[in-house]
Amino acid sequence: MMPEERIRVDAKLDRLEEIIGFVEDCADRFRLEDSRKFGLNIAVEEAVVNICSYAYPDTEGMLDVACRVTDESLVIELSDSGIPFNILTLPDPETDAAIEDREIGGLGGYFIRQFSDAVSYTRRDGMNVLTLLFRRGASIELP
Amino acid sequence: MEFQIQKETAATVVAVIGRMDAVTAPEYEKKLAGMMDEGEKNFIIDFGKLDYISSAGLRALLMTGKRVKNLGGLMLLANIGGAVKDVFAISGFGTIFPMHDTVQSALGAAEE
Repeated sequence: MMPEERIRVDAKLDRLEEIIGFVEDCADRFRLEDSRKFGLNIAVEEAVVNICSYAYPDTEGMLDVACRVTDESLVIELSDSGIPFNILTLPDPETDAAIEDREIGGLGGYFIRQFSDAVSYTRRDGMNVLTLLFRRGASIELP
Repeated sequence: MEFQIQKETAATVVAVIGRMDAVTAPEYEKKLAGMMDEGEKNFIIDFGKLDYISSAGLRALLMTGKRVKNLGGLMLLANIGGAVKDVFAISGFGTIFPMHDTVQSALGAAEE
């Protein structure tokens, strides 16, 4: 197993580009297919946006991003010390609603589930820990 | 994110270039809001050079789309391809906005 790499940044949207660059470098080492990097980018962006908004609604805090690359999988772990918040408990949006009825938002958790191969949340040592897993060769399912 | 704007008789064609993510999506909303403030209400959004869109980008599209609808205007999407198209399919956004393969085809529809 290759060593874990991690970065710690302010949980702010203006750090998004840096975070995405970091996970894409990890994906390159893992040799994740280019066609799947798009989904990796989306899943990580949605996770970061939600952490900024809901784990730290009124405060500022840190976000740790860790990448672990094994033969079989790329694991991205996002942890923050904000208030308990599990994006995976949010209901899926109604993807067949018309524009008048379509709710603003709600797609983030759905995209995380759709674009990763496995995702889990745990509250550990006072931190929210969201773990995203990607495998090579897997593909997203289109409706 | 960059824009190329072309005013045609039936609509204003807005080409969105680059990435529509949580950081850049507000630029799109602001751009469209500015044009609506100046009286434009018919838009063709050309996504031929859009590399990436996340839920924040879709949200910006939805917000501006609702305002266009309230103005009695048109918002047609054109040239959506690749992974961006997958995002539209997964989110169900492909059925919210009329989508055209080319700007020409969208302009034809806007003229009707």
